[in-house]
Parts: sequence; C-alpha cells; structure tokens
Amino acid sequence: MNLDHTILTLILLTPLVGAVVLALIPERAGSKLHAIGALVVTLVTLGLTLHLPAHFNYAAAPRSFQFEVNCPWIASPAIRFHLGVDGLSTWLVVLTGFLAPIGVLASWNAVKERTKLFYTLFLLQQVAMLGVFLALDLFLYYGFWELSLVPMTLLIATFGRTENRRKAAIKFFLYAFIPSAILLVALLWLYAKTGTFDLPALQALAAQHAISANPTALWLCSLAFLVAFAVKVPIFPLHGWLSDAVQEAPTAAVMVLAGKLGLYSILRFSFGIFPEQSRHIAPLLIALGAIGIAYGALLALVQTDLKKLAAFSTLSHVSFIVLGIFTFTTLGLDGGVFQILNESLVGAALFVLLGLLYERYGTYDVRDYGGLATKHPWMVTMFVITSLAAVGLPMLNGFVGEFLILSGAMQSVFCHHVLWTVIGTTGVIFGAAYMLWMIQRIFYGNLGLRSEEVSGWDLTAREHIELWPLAILFLVMGLASPIWIKAIDTYGVQTANRPIASEAQNGSFVDPALAAAALDKPAPPVNKGARY
Amino acid sequence: MNPSLLWLIPLLPFAGFLLNGTIGRKLPRALVSTIALLFTAAPALIVAQLWIFMKSAGAPLSLSVTSSPWIAVTGFQVNFAFTVDHLTLIMLGIVTGVGFLIHVYSVGYMAHEEGFWRFFAYLNLFMFFMLVLVLSSSFLLLFVGWEGVGLASYLLIGFYFTKDSAANAGKKAFVVNRIGDFGFLLAMFLMIAHFGSLDFNSVFAQISATPLTGGFLTAIALLLVVGAAGKSAQIPLYIWLPDAMEGPTPVSALIHAATMVTAGIYMVARCHVLFDKSPTALMVVAVIGAATALMAATIGMVQHDIKRVLAYSTVSQLGYMFLACGVGAYSAGIFHLMTHAFFKALLFLAAGSVIHAMGGEQDMRVMGGLRKKIPVTFWTMTAGVVAIAGIPPLAGFFSKDEILYQAFISDNPLAKLLWFVGLVTAGLTSFYMFRLWFKTFFGAPRFAEQGHELDVHAAHGAAIHARHDTKLVLETEPEPAHGGHAHGVHESPWIMTLPLIILAILATIGGWVGVPLAFGGHNEFEHFLEPVFSSSVVTPEHVSFRGAEPILAVVSIVTALLGFLVAYLWYYRKPGTAAAIAQRLQFVYNLLDHKYWVDEIYGRFIIAPLLGFSRIFLGIFVDGGLVQGTGATLAGGTRGFSWLVRRVQSGNIRSYAGWLALGAAAVIAVVVFGPHPHLH
Repeated sequence: MNLDHTILTLILLTPLVGAVVLALIPERAGSKLHAIGALVVTLVTLGLTLHLPAHFNYAAAPRSFQFEVNCPWIASPAIRFHLGVDGLSTWLVVLTGFLAPIGVLASWNAVKERTKLFYTLFLLQQVAMLGVFLALDLFLYYGFWELSLVPMTLLIATFGRTENRRKAAIKFFLYAFIPSAILLVALLWLYAKTGTFDLPALQALAAQHAISANPTALWLCSLAFLVAFAVKVPIFPLHGWLSDAVQEAPTAAVMVLAGKLGLYSILRFSFGIFPEQSRHIAPLLIALGAIGIAYGALLALVQTDLKKLAAFSTLSHVSFIVLGIFTFTTLGLDGGVFQILNESLVGAALFVLLGLLYERYGTYDVRDYGGLATKHPWMVTMFVITSLAAVGLPMLNGFVGEFLILSGAMQSVFCHHVLWTVIGTTGVIFGAAYMLWMIQRIFYGNLGLRSEEVSGWDLTAREHIELWPLAILFLVMGLASPIWIKAIDTYGVQTANRPIASEAQNGSFVDPALAAAALDKPAPPVNKGARY
Repeated sequence: MNPSLLWLIPLLPFAGFLLNGTIGRKLPRALVSTIALLFTAAPALIVAQLWIFMKSAGAPLSLSVTSSPWIAVTGFQVNFAFTVDHLTLIMLGIVTGVGFLIHVYSVGYMAHEEGFWRFFAYLNLFMFFMLVLVLSSSFLLLFVGWEGVGLASYLLIGFYFTKDSAANAGKKAFVVNRIGDFGFLLAMFLMIAHFGSLDFNSVFAQISATPLTGGFLTAIALLLVVGAAGKSAQIPLYIWLPDAMEGPTPVSALIHAATMVTAGIYMVARCHVLFDKSPTALMVVAVIGAATALMAATIGMVQHDIKRVLAYSTVSQLGYMFLACGVGAYSAGIFHLMTHAFFKALLFLAAGSVIHAMGGEQDMRVMGGLRKKIPVTFWTMTAGVVAIAGIPPLAGFFSKDEILYQAFISDNPLAKLLWFVGLVTAGLTSFYMFRLWFKTFFGAPRFAEQGHELDVHAAHGAAIHARHDTKLVLETEPEPAHGGHAHGVHESPWIMTLPLIILAILATIGGWVGVPLAFGGHNEFEHFLEPVFSSSVVTPEHVSFRGAEPILAVVSIVTALLGFLVAYLWYYRKPGTAAAIAQRLQFVYNLLDHKYWVDEIYGRFIIAPLLGFSRIFLGIFVDGGLVQGTGATLAGGTRGFSWLVRRVQSGNIRSYAGWLALGAAAVIAVVVFGPHPHLH
C-alpha cells in the first residue's frame, strides 16, 4: 500500500481521534487508562511520522513539497485542505511525534487528577502542532496556530503548579493572542490582495515581486507576521510571558512551549512570503538574537529558581536559532533548523529532569538542594549528559547546531555581523557557567536542606525509558548530523541562495564590498584561494 | 602498515570508557583496572608499531585516514579524518606511553578509593579525547579533542565532588577553558569565512600561498592564542591550573602536567605556517610565555602545598614552551614539551607517593626527613628535580637550554630580554625545586606519626590544604615531632614505584636525543621534526651565532647551580633563614603568597560586576521593568479589554469553546462578506 498520499492526513487524524476517544471514556480515580491510551496514540503517531524521513525524496525540485494532500475545502473564500512537507518541516514533524510519548511518560505520575482532561488537551495540542507544521494553506495554518494556544493555556491554567497559574495562563494567552489577531488581519489583507491562501502560490508571487500592493502596506503586513511569530518563539525582548509560563506549566506542556512553532513559522511564512522584507529586517533580528543569547545566559546565571533558570536558558538557546536563520547563509539556516531539533530535545530532557527532582523533593529552589550525586548516581549522569549537550560539547548535538549558526553569522553580509558573532559566541562561556553551576548546586558538595530531609530515589525504569532515547539521540545527532541535515540542507540552500540584489543596491544595511562578494559566491567554496 | 589501524588508537580507550562507565560499578576492582590498562596498552603498542614503520626507510612522511562526513552542508564539510606525521608521532608517543605508566600507577594509588571504576572510566575517556586531539587533521576535530579533554579534566578535578573546593575547581577549570575556547571558536569562524574549510592541509596551503602577512591572519592567530592560553594555562587564563590540584594526584600528573595542558603548545606548533605569517602574534606568544614563566616561578617559590609548587612549576614550564614557539623555535618547544612530560609526570607521581606515604598530607611544612623512609620515591624524585632544574646531563637541561639559546638568537626585537627572563626563571625554578626537595626529604621529620593504615587511606585526597588548626605562618616550620618513629610512613607498593623508576630513567636520558651540535650531538630531535617545520627552520644567518651556544649553556648551568645553592643554604644549612627573609620582606612575601591577588582581582573586577550587572541591571531593570512593564502597560492601557478577557478566563471549558466559536464565526463572516477584489 502506498501511504504517500494519505500519510499526512493520518498523522493529523491519529491524535485527533485519540483525543476524541479519550474524552469519551469516563474517568475513574487512580486509573491509568487515559495515560495508557495517550501513550498508545502518541506511539502510533510517532510511527507514522517516521514514514516521512524514510521516504523523503532528496532529489525533489527546489521549493516543492512532498506527500502533498491538496483538496478544496471551502470554495469562497478559497480555502483548501493543503498539507505537505519539505526539508524544513520533515524532521520537525518527527520531533513532535517523538516528544509526545516522552511527555506522556513524564506526566505518568505527575498528573494524578483530572487525567481525562489532561490527556485530551495534550493530544489536542499535538494535533495543533502537527497541523502547524503540515498546513500549506494560510487559513488552515492559522486555524492550527490558534488552536495551539488553547490547550496550552488550559493546561497551564488547570494543571499549573502554584496559585499563580491563572495569571501565568492569562499572560501567556494575551501575549500570544493579541499578535495573532493582528496576524489574522494581515492574513486577510494578503488574501484580499492576492486572492489566495495557498502558500506555494504566494511564495511564487513573492519571488516574482508580483504581489501588487503598496510597499509600505506589504511591509506592515510582513511585520504583523513576524511579530506574531516572534512573540511565540520568543525573541528578545518579547519574552515577558516565558518565565511565568515555564514556571507554571506541567512538564509535558513546558517541553513544547517555546521555540519550534514560532521559529518554523518565521522560516516558512515570513521567509517564504516576504523574502525581501525579511532580509531588510535581518540586521535587527541578528542583533536581537545575539543580545538574546547573552541576555538569557546572564540572567540564567543569577537565578535561584531552577525553572526560571531553565526559562532563561531556553531564551538563550532559541536566540541562537534566531541569530542563525536571519544570517541567510546556508550554514546559519541549516544550523538553525538543526538547532530547533536540538533545542527541543535538550530542553525536553532538562525539563523532564527538573520535573523528576520536583516529584521527589517538591521544590525548584536550588538552595534546598545539594550533594545529590551520591544519592542518585543515574540522575546525575543524565543531568550531566543533558547539560553537556546544552552547552554545546562537541560530539553531542548542540555543538553542531551552534557551530554552524555562529559560522554562518561570521559569513553573513549584514552590518556589524562580526560584533554580533562575538557577542553570540560569549553564550558558550556563560552557558557553561550556569549549567555547571546548577549541577554543582544540586548534586555536589554537602547534602542540602531538602535533600537531607526527604529520601528521594534514583531513576525508575519508566524514567530511564524517558531519558535514554534522548541521551542516545544527543550522541547520534552529534556524530551523524548529516542524517538530519541532508534534508534540512535542501531547504537551507534554496532559502539562502536567493539573490539579494535589490537590497544590495538599496545599500542601507549591507557592507557593499561584502555584498558584492556574497553575490558572486553565496556559499564560499572550498579552496577559494586568495581572497584577502 | 594498514592506516585504518589509526582509528583504533582513540577508539580502544573509548571502548574502555564505555565498559567501565556502564558496568564498572558492578565489576570487581581487579577487572576494572585490567580493562582500563588493556585499553590503554593496546594503543601504545599500535603507536610503537607506527613509530617503527614511520622511521623505516622510504616510509611516507605522513599517514592519513578519512571516514564519513561529520558535518556536511552545502559549501562546507568536515570529515572524521586523522593524520599522523612526525609531530603527531611524538605526541602520540608521549600520550600513550606516559598515559599508560600513569594508569599503572593509579591502580596502586587509587586502590582504596570509592568510585574506583568511575576514576578509570574518566581516565580512559581522557585518553580517547587526547588521542583524537593529536590525531585530527582538521581544526574542528582537534576542537573535539580539545573540549573533550576539558570535560575529562572537569570530571576528574571534581572527582571528590562532595568537597566544595573540588567541585568549584572543576567548574572553574571548565569555565576558564571555555573562555579560551571562545577565542578558538571565533578563529574557526574566521577561517571558514575566509578559507571555506577547516582542514589543516587546505587552510595551511592557502595561508602559504598568500603573499600577505598580518591583517586578518594576525586576528586568527591571536584568537587561537586565546584558546591556547586557556588550555595551556598562560596569562591571563592560568588561574584554573593551580586549583585543578584538587583532583587525585595521578590526574595532576597525566592531565595537568604531561599531556592536556600541552595541547595549546601543540596547537601553536601545528599552526606554525599561520604564526610565521604574523610577527605580531608571535611576539604576543613570546611575551605571554616569558611573563607566565617568570610570574608562575615567583609564586612557586613560596607555596607550601607540594602539589601547588608543582602546579605553578607546570605553568612556568608551559610558559617556556610558549616562549619557544613565540621565537619560532617550534621544535625546541616540542622538545621541552616531551622532556617536561617525562620529568613533570615523574615529579607529580613521586609527590603522590610522598602524599600516599604521609597519609594524605600535602603541606611540606609538616614533612621533612623522608629520604630514608621512602628511598625509591626519594631517588626517583631527585632525578626529576635535577632534570627540571636544568643540570646536565639530565633531560631538562637540553630542552631548556635549546629554548634559551633560540630566544637569544631570534629575530625578535626583545630577544635578549626574553632570554634574560628565561634565564632568571631557570634560576628560580632550580631554587624552588630544591626547596621542595630539601623540605620534603631532608632535615628532621616535622610530622606526627599516624599508625593506622586505614586512617591513612581514608584521608586520601582529604587534606589538600594546610589544616586550619595548624597555625603555620610564613616560612616557619613546626618543631620536629617527638620520636619520629617511622612505622606509619611507608614506601609505596611496586605498582606505583615501577612507573616512577621508568619515568626517572626517561627524565635522565630523554634529553639525549636532542643534544645540539655544539656539544657533539646530532640534534636528532630537531631533524626528526624537520619535515613538519621545514618552512620554519632557522635561517642560515643564525649559524654565525652557533659559537655563542656553549657560553650561554655555561651561563644557564651556573644559574641553575646558584638556585640550588640558595635553596641549600636557606633550607638545609640554616633552616631559619627563609623565615627571617620572609619576615623582612613581608610585602613581597605577601604578594607572592597571595599569588599577586589575581584571583581576587578577577573576582572583584570581573565576576562580581558581571553578576551584579546581570542581577540588578538586566534582572530588575530590564527584565523586571522594561520587558515585563511593557506587557503590563499594554494590559493596563487596555484595561477594558483585559477586564473583558478576565471574564473570558472563567476556567470554564464551555465558555472557552463558546468564545472560540464566536471568534471563528466573526472571522469567517469578515472573510465571506468582506470585500474580496480578486475573486471572480
């Protein structure tokens, strides 16, 4: 049976059907039925997503999509059920599928009440995220984008850790919703100007400069897109919601809170529909990315709350990706997309580990901890591996991404790129400082107050199953990155190589000499000889 | 010889790490140590075979293997690839040979420690990364080893992690090294931007081809120097190395003396093509090296902890090697790297044997008179002390003298000054090493005997610093303990003394491969490395200086003997002298005793302001004020809206669903009934 034409629909339907079924099954106290159901559904979804890389066509034409489903849905306005993946989204879909079972396992004991609600929302969140990565019709995409807010908000509001959960949920919702409303307006305006919601069609129009609209209006429209996505990433300084949401959200939700949705949307829609505008604003975003790296890392360095520390560390890590993708170099884009995978996996491992600590000791205050290494040898092992992946130790996955990103930044043609590369690179120092500080405070030295009072236990079998796949992936992705980057590169090359002639003539933000050089050779070939 | 054997050299220790790291906890100690030793001995044998092959007539000058790509994007690719040339061969010999000896020694030294398996797993991990470092044929793979040895170092310094000081020292080492790596990374980014490759052959070929000097080549070279200064503990990043002595002593010998810390020198030598193009960078290297050599030597003069003396001595000797590279005498630098690996590993292991005998005590003020009690340790350590002091015909003399000579005749405008600083450092080195020697092995015992073997072992690694309750000030030493019966102090077992003896032999004769022509030798070492450094060989005009070599050698021998003489007078003939001088020169003594307050200066002027800036400016003002405030203002400005939203946030699912439906309906209404000009 050839699954190629139905696989994307199946990937979307499986968690959706699962959510409906779970919602219909009555809840009984102490029953694990919903958790088991959710685990089965997420594992099936994961299996389905693996079809995509297994049958990916690396020789496909540039800017084409694979496994497409494209059928009319609503005639007027012309909304189509159009799904498809390319080098950018393939691995993101797999990533979403992969993290879901881990999220279920991480909630296994952490969520004891209202499990029906929890797992139903969890699966709906899956549907929304998968939909965002798959949808190629702007309106369809927007539906999934908005849908992704609702389960998350409810998860925070209902299953939050402290009394502060409602506030955090409102904050999260407002931050995400207001820009999304503006995004909707922009989207409809774009439709009014072009008569289509279809992404490939819009991309083609944009490439030919055929969107007939007032340049200023187009600019504003691109800004509306970018801001909506930037808040969701979050890009510094729009991260006001992050720390509260991270503190409140349950582990399974916090794993997918930041990063990939917003970053993917920038790569797909901002870069796809507004290639020129995105390049115009790139110097600003590069600066914000570099500042965000250092800013997040420096603030992580002075936190005493582990979840806050993790929140600022997340900000720092997603800023790396922002820096990378806005360089518009192949290295930066490939590294950036690869780093989305890394950041999600490392972040997931970190949040799972912090959740395990909380399950045992009931606190995220680092001052209550200390000396746990002797009590939990396996836990410290996993913590150290995760931290090393996070700080970009070579041979683990984080290094490949960060290295490509920063090399790309050094290659880019935008103004002050050297300065921003240097500032971004300070992240490797501060990153190591706060992660090692955290490990030391939790695991080394004398037993802390709480770790002395409470007799915690080392990793259980279930927790081993949660963490080892992640740890093994850190190593495999660090050693065999071409497996992943091969697909990503098909996206990176076509996005980076677009001529930037119009901007270069504009000249306001490009160092002319460098731009000229970049026009000749967008990606410096090996053995270029003397170009000094 | 099959080149794919090269893969096995690092992979075997890695297998050892995996075995011991995963199941070592459950294995008996004998099996753990057998695994660790086997997986270290096997690469040493391969290297020996490689050595024989490469020395044979007609052998290629280098041997390479390449495997699948590690990172591959359009326009940039890095493969897993190893190359062995003569420089790598020397490094391989040092790493596997000295590494194996230290593994053997550790079996005895760590015999009674908790976490035996962990120790050997980390040690094998270190061997893996160090071998990757020296074998790699590209900057990026070198960086893998470079960061990897840093990781192993972090884990091993913090081996006694329940101690705060050890955990702090490990973290400090890693973070300071990261500052160096920051430079290394930026250098690589620049290389990618300019050369499109990180492969040694490709980069160096492009550098050789360019007629230019300086410019961005200087930038790359200086950034690499930052990296090298971090790893090889040079000013201003040397501060982690003395603290690294918190690790078990075999670790200090292997990682923090013989191998890892020399990676910076190896890297500079490897990049000689680059450095030769940048006089500025060479000057910086030379000045940093000389300054570090002198500064560390002065600090080493007043340390009481036997390991700290050796630590500062290591920093100082690394400065020498830097100095050699800075004056373009790369092979002299590598020569000293090799002899230093022999005698410094020996000194650390011997110090470990002393500490072992003393039940964990490291303070020389409570040692003394150990000569007769631990004779093997004494005699082997004596070989190490004489070697480092630069007294012929031991190894240190030849390599150190070569560096001083090369500095003297170099083109560097500061040549004579650099030479003089090196000479003074040589005198100081001789002084503080003989000080250590006299204080440890001579005079009357100043310690109370501890009778119980078990206590002795329990205290291992616990007494790193002088105990707080012993009120020891300046150079004064407590009265000799009563009795002084030696039943507690004992010689180490053969498994520890055997490596000592082998290293002592190497420290004695290891320099004979580099006897210069002026002394009737053939300088075989330099000839061996000639294929690597052919572009940097000494230019003919210097040959006229050759006559100066014997004179300079005599000067440096006299200086070394002077150092010995002062130590002899102050610490053996009239033991109170040093204390009296320290009293009189309180200020100078304090300055040295507090290591020029460098740690304090960094703490107060860099770390504290940075944390304060983060906590107050970024945390309270920017994040708490601007970032959160903007959100709050927005919410406040639209109070009506937020009131409405508060209504919406009822927590009631049905109401949410209702709002969602209403919103969706509104949107669709706009789309359907709104204007759509492009629709037909």
